[in-house]
Amino acid sequence: MKKTPALEFHDLTVAYDIKPVLWDVDLSIPEGQLVAIVGPNGAGKSTLLKAALNLAPLSSGFVRVYGAPYPEMRKRVAYVPQRESVDWDFPASVLDVVLMGRYGKRGWFQRTNAADRTRALDCLGKVGMLEFADRQISRLSGGQQQRTFLARALAQDADLYLMDEPFAGVDVVTERAILTLLRELRDTGKTVVCVHHDLQTVGEYFDWVVLLNMRLVAAGPIAEVFNTDKLQATYGGHLSILERAATRLLKDRRGRARDAR
Amino acid sequence: MSPDTVILLTGSCAAVACALVGTFLVLRGMALIGDAISHAVLPGIVIAFLLTDSVSSLPVVLGAGALGLVTVWLIESLVRTRRVKEDASIAVVFPALFAVGVLLVTRFAHGKDLDAECVLYGEIAFAPFDTMTLWGMVISRPLVALASVAALNLVFVVALYKELKIATFDGALAATLGMSPVLVHYLLMGTVSVTTVASFESVGAILVVAFLIVPGSAAWLWTDKLHWMLTIAAAIGVTSAFLGFHLAVYWDASIAGCMALAMGGCFVLSWIFAPREGLFGRWNLRRVTRERFAEALLLERLARAPGNATEVAAEFCWTAEQVARHWATVTSQKWITATGNAWQTNEAGRAQIQKIVGD
Repeated sequence: MKKTPALEFHDLTVAYDIKPVLWDVDLSIPEGQLVAIVGPNGAGKSTLLKAALNLAPLSSGFVRVYGAPYPEMRKRVAYVPQRESVDWDFPASVLDVVLMGRYGKRGWFQRTNAADRTRALDCLGKVGMLEFADRQISRLSGGQQQRTFLARALAQDADLYLMDEPFAGVDVVTERAILTLLRELRDTGKTVVCVHHDLQTVGEYFDWVVLLNMRLVAAGPIAEVFNTDKLQATYGGHLSILERAATRLLKDRRGRARDAR
Repeated sequence: MSPDTVILLTGSCAAVACALVGTFLVLRGMALIGDAISHAVLPGIVIAFLLTDSVSSLPVVLGAGALGLVTVWLIESLVRTRRVKEDASIAVVFPALFAVGVLLVTRFAHGKDLDAECVLYGEIAFAPFDTMTLWGMVISRPLVALASVAALNLVFVVALYKELKIATFDGALAATLGMSPVLVHYLLMGTVSVTTVASFESVGAILVVAFLIVPGSAAWLWTDKLHWMLTIAAAIGVTSAFLGFHLAVYWDASIAGCMALAMGGCFVLSWIFAPREGLFGRWNLRRVTRERFAEALLLERLARAPGNATEVAAEFCWTAEQVARHWATVTSQKWITATGNAWQTNEAGRAQIQKIVGD
């Protein structure tokens, strides 16, 4: 029997204006994968995530999360927006922000409780930010802000994590730390979908890739779809960097295969 | 109650009511929306005044307050055209509605106690004389209205604290958690509208903007915590109401004007003296860190190799006065130990380096 996909888009079209941002996207992302959404600027990558979360206006088509409409599955989905989407001067500590991940578990008028606090601290520990719990959020570096957002998503205890460029503007050490965390999530059966910009690392970091340029170009396991042809179809051709990205991937794979032998 | 007490209480209630909701306007970067609401409710107020001869009764406060929501909705609809930016859209909507109000005042309210001046500045000195009977007591109507609104706002902010916090910080997250940020937004706008209408008679359409925005802005300079920001804003509001009242008595000037002026004074004091964000605090921080950095530099130098003050001064190009000052600090703190004339950084000194330069 086929397992229910974590996330499905059926004939999805999204438009903010006359020109569609996403056109007829038909896609189903399997459970338990680390997935990259890749494509040029303006390809609709962030919009695809927003469409999944009911944050973008659907012109046609529909979205299924674990086989059901999103509002029914809200509690199983966590979202990590781009860092720049909030005002970091807001009067809150790191712990306050992580606690917000628990707000969904509490109804209107209810306060977060001691258990929420413990869980939030636990999540801060997982991203290596425990010592910053009381730090005002404007006094964080970019990498620390990103890890704060990740901890907040972890605190939601979701099954599907949608992340808008979690690796943007962080240093190598933070990037590694984030990657380790995402892999841990995947290894416990969670699904992680990231908008990703760095073609050089797609092959190494992710299991699965969605190539997007308004239309869906290709989607599937890295080994099957992440190649020069598909990248050219996505980015429009003449970029030699595409070739290098794909070749490097091949080399990496061969190298790894050699190491395995 | 003496008239003075009534005026003081009315002013304080207006200040608290405005400060609580105004703090969220400040955090959302919506100060001008507050300005727009306070002006755009005028036609509603005038119509209500013409019908009932007072503006502090509950139906009027709610009815005119609804006009505030319409204003916000209109502004947001114009912004969605994309060609009318938010500032332009605010400037299109509220003067139009305000103009309708001014027309109504000059055309129909002539000779009654509502005139253009009262619209702009309000007159809190009349608060003791506009009375109603409540549970057998004769009591000032504006005071009852503002006390109720202050209580309502306090309940609103306390009960919906987490909803307001998340909708203000990260609306997208609030939406994905199913916490209806749009509803929270309109509840806040409704509360701001009701607050401005209730404050209108006492402080007028212009000064109420100071009551809404200034305490919250000043409070943000003092604290990094939302609940403290709200508390400090309310405290600044009440303090300014008291100071302003006494100023007004002393100068024989507009009471609400003096209260707003006192808020401005509190803001300026906060801007200068707030410990970390204030001018003085920043200047002091720079001065102190400069000293600490120089000392750490000295300690690092003596950790690498022993030396004395003269050598160090030569290496760092420090003046005799500078080296004497830093040397005095590191020796009195016992961060360096001497063997003859060769000084070296000890354990305590290394700990100090770690404290300053370490992560």
